[in-house]
Amino acid sequence: MPATTEPVLAIEGLDIRLPAGADRPLAVQGASLQLLRGKTLCVVGESGSGKSMIANAIMGLLPKPQVAPVAGRILFQGQDLLQLGEAGLRALRGSRIGMVFQEPMTALNPVLKIGEQIGEVFDAHVTLPAAEKRRRILAALADVGLPDPALLIDSYPFRLSGGQRQRVMIACAMALEPALLICDEPTTALDVTTQAQILALIKDLQHRRGTAVLFITHDFGVVSEIADQVVVMQTGRIVEAGAAQQVLRAPQHAYTRQLIAAIPHGQARQTAGDADADVVLQVQDLCKTHVTGRGLFSRGRQVQAAKDVSFTLRQGQTLGLVGESGSGKSSVGRCLVGLSPFESGRILFKGRSLLPGASGMRQAGGKIQMVFQDPNASLNPRQKIGAAIAAGPIAQGVPVAEALARMRELLALVGLGPEAADRWPHAFSGGQRQRICIARALALRPELLVADEPVSALDVSVQAQVLKLFAEVRQRFQLAMVFITHDLRVAGEMCDHIAVMQRGAIVEMGPTAQVLADPQHAYTRALIEAVPRLAA
Amino acid sequence: MSQAFWRRFSRNKGAVLGLVVLALALLLVAVGPLLAPNDPWDMVQQPFLRPLQEAGFPLGTDTMGRDIFSGVVRGARISLLIAVVSTAVALLIGVGIGAVAGYFGGWVDATLMRFTELFQAVPSFALAIVLVAIFQPSVGAIVAAIAIVSWPPVARLVRGEFLTLRQRDFVAAAQLAGLSTPRIILTQVLPNAASPIVVMASLMVATAILLESSLSFLGLGDPNQMSWGYMVGSARTVLRQAWWMAVFPGLAIVLTVLALNLVGEGLNDGLNARADGRTR
Repeated sequence: MPATTEPVLAIEGLDIRLPAGADRPLAVQGASLQLLRGKTLCVVGESGSGKSMIANAIMGLLPKPQVAPVAGRILFQGQDLLQLGEAGLRALRGSRIGMVFQEPMTALNPVLKIGEQIGEVFDAHVTLPAAEKRRRILAALADVGLPDPALLIDSYPFRLSGGQRQRVMIACAMALEPALLICDEPTTALDVTTQAQILALIKDLQHRRGTAVLFITHDFGVVSEIADQVVVMQTGRIVEAGAAQQVLRAPQHAYTRQLIAAIPHGQARQTAGDADADVVLQVQDLCKTHVTGRGLFSRGRQVQAAKDVSFTLRQGQTLGLVGESGSGKSSVGRCLVGLSPFESGRILFKGRSLLPGASGMRQAGGKIQMVFQDPNASLNPRQKIGAAIAAGPIAQGVPVAEALARMRELLALVGLGPEAADRWPHAFSGGQRQRICIARALALRPELLVADEPVSALDVSVQAQVLKLFAEVRQRFQLAMVFITHDLRVAGEMCDHIAVMQRGAIVEMGPTAQVLADPQHAYTRALIEAVPRLAA
Repeated sequence: MSQAFWRRFSRNKGAVLGLVVLALALLLVAVGPLLAPNDPWDMVQQPFLRPLQEAGFPLGTDTMGRDIFSGVVRGARISLLIAVVSTAVALLIGVGIGAVAGYFGGWVDATLMRFTELFQAVPSFALAIVLVAIFQPSVGAIVAAIAIVSWPPVARLVRGEFLTLRQRDFVAAAQLAGLSTPRIILTQVLPNAASPIVVMASLMVATAILLESSLSFLGLGDPNQMSWGYMVGSARTVLRQAWWMAVFPGLAIVLTVLALNLVGEGLNDGLNARADGRTR
């Protein structure tokens, strides 16, 4: 067999055991896949499908002995990695196999300079004179498209944005030109525009170096951008495998079809809101400045999070606030509900001007509610679900019996049984928790709901269900909604109007269909351009 | 929940042993007077009786002919009582100040923490001595002194926990629901900070026993109450002639403190759900 067709990575019948008491005995069952030189293989699946387990098994990073491979082979360039000892693996890691992780904010050591972190890769595998090492670190930084490598090499990670940090991680992984690069959801924590840049970078590096890439993701949009081959995983088993085009165009397995169907299509929703409905919310020239690092002797750095933000929202309508992280969209949301004060401007809720901060929150009397991004952090782990939902109405003076009845009704509405009331938050999955959070917000019979990236932390398929629930409750309770998201596809589906935010200011606002079809501002066009879409 | 707690707790063999020792100590407090009928202050036999030398005096007598076994048994009562009550008082002060400082932050936090540092800057044992000397030695004064010197670490710990928990979204959600601030502190934040507080409390009981013993050793104990520290203190002049007078009450202190530390470690394992699956 000629060397060129020999797979860089071949996994044969891999079984990975889970500790006793887990939801299934094997995390991965009978997984087989092949990856050729210069190709990209995407492993797709929901969280818990075992896709990251495969990556960790290749790198020998499984938390042994509880989770360990029990059968099968992982052949890297013909060598079985499972038979290799720790020393043998260490020689491969970093030099022959590189890995990029999901969370760029925590993957870099905050007290080491960028140059030192990349230098560690060289130190671990090759001996280089200092000058040569520095030259190669600079080359590695320039290679991943970072501006001003000479300056960056002596900077600490906190100066870099998430996208830049991910570039540094890729520079680390690619420093010694490995034959295999493993990317474990490298763009999930990033904005769409940054995601598009990182995907382009990985494709470009792969093209130049001929690296084989094992790319793990839950997003079929990303798959269509980057994959040559696709493997779809469900609860530890590979349910479908094949060429990317084939799987995307003609998915065979029901689960694959379900995943592809769950991708937000990004088509503008038909505006249902009545143009003459009551105005619920009016925001006029809202300004908010964050001051960071203010101490006794320093004035601190000022960041304008909202600059003359104005919009109007009617009953039953949804406004999408769209922008990258740091664009101030979440700050506006927190000002609206009164979780943080604003400096100037007015927020009129049903014609009544709200005071900034906590006093505005009291004025609203629970009629403005919020759904948060991270469903794991927004439920009290030491409070049962029923109590969490009923606490709000009880605090607002609703009789206990009525509050409990309302709680059961809402649990049914969000698709949970009455027995859920007596369970703890940790017994629920991310999507279920987000449903519970919606129920908790609805328990107060709000008239305005602010949803701050409510589906960003969820898998695509779960995302679709939660979005559907939002649409249902909006219809049923005639809610006005402010929907904050960085994903234009989601905004397109959910919102009647879209306001695009950049550096604290609204740069473009209009009906969804108009903004998406005919963007006026360059920034809006860049955002739309960056959205990964299925190859037509 | 509690089942998982016991599984994790009992995986720590030392902790189970500590719990057994503590249970025995408590049993001794409960039924002690039946086993040791002598008043620990009464001179009931000739002095300097060795252990097991005379029937009815298994641990011998001290320099004044008092029954050491009775002393150890009755001392358990007062040592444990002072330790538990002073820890409870210290927790009350520490959790209160720490919770307020951590929850409100800003100048409230700064003021309360400078106040806390005032206490941390003074050597705690010296402060305890001064306090007992001012108040006149009595059970109440000793409890107050121990509580006053041991609350600052609790306040620090609780403040730290509250500072991070305060930022969590479920607190924001509770605010939006209109829950009152005391209610949010008590029902939302405090339960989440409970496990480190419980662990710290078990260790504080141990240090309180040591503090009380040290005070009694220096003659600052309650003169009407027999305690382990007092017994060790009074035996110190004859340590070379009569080792048993200091050894048995000393042993009681060591065992109880060790048991409390082991239980504290076990509680730490038990309450830390993330430790599940890790081997010991």
